[in-house]
Amino acid sequence: MIRSLMKSRETILAGAILVLVLAIATRFPGFVAPSNLANVFNDTAPLIILALGQMVVILTRCIDLSVAANLALTGMVVAMLNMAMPGLPVPVILALAICLGALMGLANGLLVWKLDIPPIVVTLGTMTIYRGIIFVISGGEWINAHEMSDAFKAFPREVVLGLPVLSWIAIAVVIGFIVLVGRTPLGRAFFAVGGNPHAAVYTGINVGLTQCAAYVISGALAGLTGYLWVARYAVAYVDIAGGFELEVVAACVIGGISIAGGIGSVGGALLGALFLGIVKNALPVINISPFWQLAISGSAIIIAVAFNATSNRTKGRVILKKAEHAA
Amino acid sequence: MSLAIPDTGAQGRQIPDRLKSPLQRFLVSWELLLLVVAVAVFTLNSFASPYFLDPWNLSDATFNFTEKAMIAFAMGLLIISGEIDLSVASIIALSSTAMGFAVQMGADTPVLVMIGLGTGLLCGGFNGFLVTGLGLPSIVVTIGTMSLFRGISYIVLGDKAYTGYPSDFAFFGQGYVWWVISFEFVLFALLAIVFAVILHKTNFGRAVYVVGNNPVGALFSGIRVPRVKFALFLLTGLMSGVAAICLTSRLGATRPSIAFGWELEIVTMVVLGGVNILGGSGSIPGVVIAAFVMGMVTFGFGLLNVPGIVMSIFIGLLLIAVIALPRIAHRVLAKRKA
Repeated sequence: MIRSLMKSRETILAGAILVLVLAIATRFPGFVAPSNLANVFNDTAPLIILALGQMVVILTRCIDLSVAANLALTGMVVAMLNMAMPGLPVPVILALAICLGALMGLANGLLVWKLDIPPIVVTLGTMTIYRGIIFVISGGEWINAHEMSDAFKAFPREVVLGLPVLSWIAIAVVIGFIVLVGRTPLGRAFFAVGGNPHAAVYTGINVGLTQCAAYVISGALAGLTGYLWVARYAVAYVDIAGGFELEVVAACVIGGISIAGGIGSVGGALLGALFLGIVKNALPVINISPFWQLAISGSAIIIAVAFNATSNRTKGRVILKKAEHAA
Repeated sequence: MSLAIPDTGAQGRQIPDRLKSPLQRFLVSWELLLLVVAVAVFTLNSFASPYFLDPWNLSDATFNFTEKAMIAFAMGLLIISGEIDLSVASIIALSSTAMGFAVQMGADTPVLVMIGLGTGLLCGGFNGFLVTGLGLPSIVVTIGTMSLFRGISYIVLGDKAYTGYPSDFAFFGQGYVWWVISFEFVLFALLAIVFAVILHKTNFGRAVYVVGNNPVGALFSGIRVPRVKFALFLLTGLMSGVAAICLTSRLGATRPSIAFGWELEIVTMVVLGGVNILGGSGSIPGVVIAAFVMGMVTFGFGLLNVPGIVMSIFIGLLLIAVIALPRIAHRVLAKRKA
């Protein structure tokens, strides 16, 4: 039990994060102050939420590159809605954001399910389409803080029991995913579809439908994050969260979710997101230019995937050594 | 990458006794359809804007696709072999940054070209090593290197830019060989021929198809699969280097955001050209016509004052539609037969 825990991906990653935080703390003790750590967590909350949605998509052997564009489009729509109808209560906006995001996820899912188009192509396409639509509906204009209602902006920042609502939502999503992935038939279907689609068909799982469901979940979370993002930063424009989809995929890959599908855990995705979040927040503290961020997350992806490949290599009789490699 | 349920399973694939004549095959080919689309776009454009048919305007229009198409040729081969490289635009950025850095050191044009090509080769080799040497999935590797390569440009340049390229360096992107025929267009045409010969007339090209259709089978028939893939990654890196030289020379400046988002347009071009995104089939003439179609569409929209980001909606739709439509058509036909 202990040995398997020692070897597990999550333990290693948690250890790495701990070492990282301690290393920063020796030079800058202020970084590990509870209030700062809470800030870092709050800052990472959108990444955590999206990484969990991405996780179920990747589990089913797909990928969703449209999450950031989905986020930006939903954010723009709710911001414009708020501008037009400042009286609209926050729960309605939340529901609308989730529904709109889910719809965009459904579009991805249907294209993958019904038309059998490779997921990478679908989401590369919808990524540009969603971004383009933001420009069309907004005319390229920004929506600034003074154009949003106070209630709209206040919701994610409101402090409840010591943490902002944004953090609590991330925690709720994590708990929801632990239940979904570990305790429901759908959660098991995600693993079955990714692990072996043919076998999944024979056990009565609808592969396409499961993949579509994963996309809808990912889309709904992107929509939710869209509202939270726009409200938190109090600005909406075409390019918000540009390139964020790569960070989300990076969090998953670092968290040990196999891009080949079927392998991964909620804890892994959470830790992967936290790792990136801590790196991002630590850079200014240790006086490294934020321009390093991109290269660091790129290297982290490569190192993590290389590490995954070597640690997941199953020991078995290899009949033709290179054939396995080539396939 | 995706759920690939091979349709060649239990029933086996029908292999005809003899191939249809080349003309017959051409008449039902994707390339002909594309050619019709290209002509239609061309005609529509000339009606839509009175400025379209001006030779100098048309010559300018070719710059919309020549650089991307150079990479698309190599990317086409790579996709046919079953891999993909999403880091090409970032290789351009890094290559251009390396050249800009060399300019500050006082390098002259031949050295700049060597540096541009060399950086491209190095980046391609790095991708190739990760994919074939370590056996990692190319899609994740190149998403990683996409951040890494552009990230290095950002580290070097930050919010600054390199300028001050020597005046004879400008020829690659701004020079004309004869009348309205630009150097870039000539290079594009030459590369199209070279790649068509490589893919369709050599053993290596045949190996690319075999590797894409059945890597294990390829290995059993004596093809060094990892070596073929490595060569293709190198080639894609090299072509990105070539494109970086042309683009840098044309713009006369390097910023870390150079060629941002091009990977999407290049993949779209390749897929529009009839290359199967899952590997195994495709042709260079298809990619060439697709390059013209995309270039003409972008240019036509530009003349009509459509903003760039709206064009990107169109490119996204195009990418999905060109893959979806044949599948829908296939399904409808299959139903009619049954």
